[in-house]
Amino acid sequence: MMRRNSLFYLNLGFTLLVCAFLIFPVILSVMAGVTENFFQGIKSGVTLRWVGEVWELYADTIFLSLLIAVACLIADLLLGVPAAYVLAKKSGRTARIIEETLVMPIAIPGLAIALALIITYGGFRDFRTSWLFILVGHVLYTLPFMVRSVLAVLSSFDFKTLEEGAASLGAGFWQRFFTIILPNCRSGILAGSLMVVTLSVGEFNLTWMLHTPLTKTLPVGLADSYASMRLEVASAYTLVFMVMILPLLIALQLYGQPKDVGRSKQAASGDGKALT
Amino acid sequence: MLIPAFVVFVTFFLLPMAKLIVLAGSGEAGLGEYMTVIKTPRHFESLVATVLLSATTTIAALVISTISGVFLERNRFRGREALISMLTFPLAFPGVVIGFLVIMLAGRQGLANEVSKALTGNRLVFAYSMAGLFVGYLYFSIPRVILTLMAAAEKLDPALEEAARSLGASRWQVIRDVIVPALKPALIASGAICFATAMGAFGTAFTLATNIDVLPMTIYTEFTLNANFVTAAALSIMLGVITWIALYIARSLAGSTVAAAA
Repeated sequence: MMRRNSLFYLNLGFTLLVCAFLIFPVILSVMAGVTENFFQGIKSGVTLRWVGEVWELYADTIFLSLLIAVACLIADLLLGVPAAYVLAKKSGRTARIIEETLVMPIAIPGLAIALALIITYGGFRDFRTSWLFILVGHVLYTLPFMVRSVLAVLSSFDFKTLEEGAASLGAGFWQRFFTIILPNCRSGILAGSLMVVTLSVGEFNLTWMLHTPLTKTLPVGLADSYASMRLEVASAYTLVFMVMILPLLIALQLYGQPKDVGRSKQAASGDGKALT
Repeated sequence: MLIPAFVVFVTFFLLPMAKLIVLAGSGEAGLGEYMTVIKTPRHFESLVATVLLSATTTIAALVISTISGVFLERNRFRGREALISMLTFPLAFPGVVIGFLVIMLAGRQGLANEVSKALTGNRLVFAYSMAGLFVGYLYFSIPRVILTLMAAAEKLDPALEEAARSLGASRWQVIRDVIVPALKPALIASGAICFATAMGAFGTAFTLATNIDVLPMTIYTEFTLNANFVTAAALSIMLGVITWIALYIARSLAGSTVAAAA
């Protein structure tokens, strides 16, 4: 049993201070969003007026963000899960190089990727002005997380032997893929999906460059409101955003670590690096 | 089955990145464009400021997170889980939101200003300065670093510390000679991630750095306001190379997925 000496309380106090630094601004912002007049303080009255105003002004950004997040998830599932399967099956240098290249978009600032996309495809006007342009950026940025998450699960059990067993009993490739590989990857696919949706909903760096006045996502709208709206509206908008990602965050804490993965703690904490 | 991902990747990532590299070398200066980045005082200052800011943030985040991370890993008490949840909660905030939270703390209607006015009568507004940026960068760095350090502290062997103590080592000596060396890989890895994230942070800078040139803001200004595509391309490639190297170091040490976005 650890002795609770002065050092313990010193450390606890320090940690509480760090915690206050992180949480206090959030509380302030939430309060500002439901206060009649923040300058006068909470005694001016509690109101949902600002939230209503946000809904009127920015509802379309919320729907666009949800649409892009869902589309991004579908694309990542279709592209990422099969890719992870192939990468897990093939060991050797080529597979590692491909893996290394696939995860490059998370190591390069979104700004650079966005510039590259605009320079290359900005001339295709219909594409440039549609939400698909933003979707492409989101898929590039989130795909590595899906691949890694599924790959982590696949390398934690001997799926090759399971597949061989099934094959010897006469199961074809697709039958094996859908009845053995996919069900066994469930936890990785779930963790990856939660990660992808959370990242997509909050993505700003790429999106700010890729958006047009008609394709504004939630974080783009947030930046907009920070620059041009009164503090109460900006806070109410931030509150709406936090309410949206809170369930995702809780789910990530519950299911964010694929089960039975040895280095799961590392992988999960590593995944956390992507956020913001 | 790798083909769909591969095709999308080549079309929308490798090809555009290649074009960006070619564009950066296509100006009047040719490949020298990368040099003008260093020769133009404004760009060079921006590069130095960004590196200094990122390095300071990294060191501060490492010190804070080591103290709290080791403490939280070592001690079991009521409310510990809640504390950890609160410390990692800001992970999902985009950089713009963090910029706004700094405004809540240190802006014109911010907490620091109110407290300062009440206590000393002086106004205290630093959200839009280097100090404000530092606070914002620290805000998004702490949760990332703390998670990695807690995972590393879990593997520390308390017997080593007891042995050191029984041999007469002081508390400070134990920290310096036993704990820090054992945490070294995690410290380097999370430090590199933290540095790369800070270097590439655009959202926070976008909200706060109206008057400060940090590299991402310089790139943004060159591209959108000055329509100076060649310079913007050269600068962003330089930035990309720096973050990629930092994250490569991190990954070869920690073997985890990391990203440079904030």
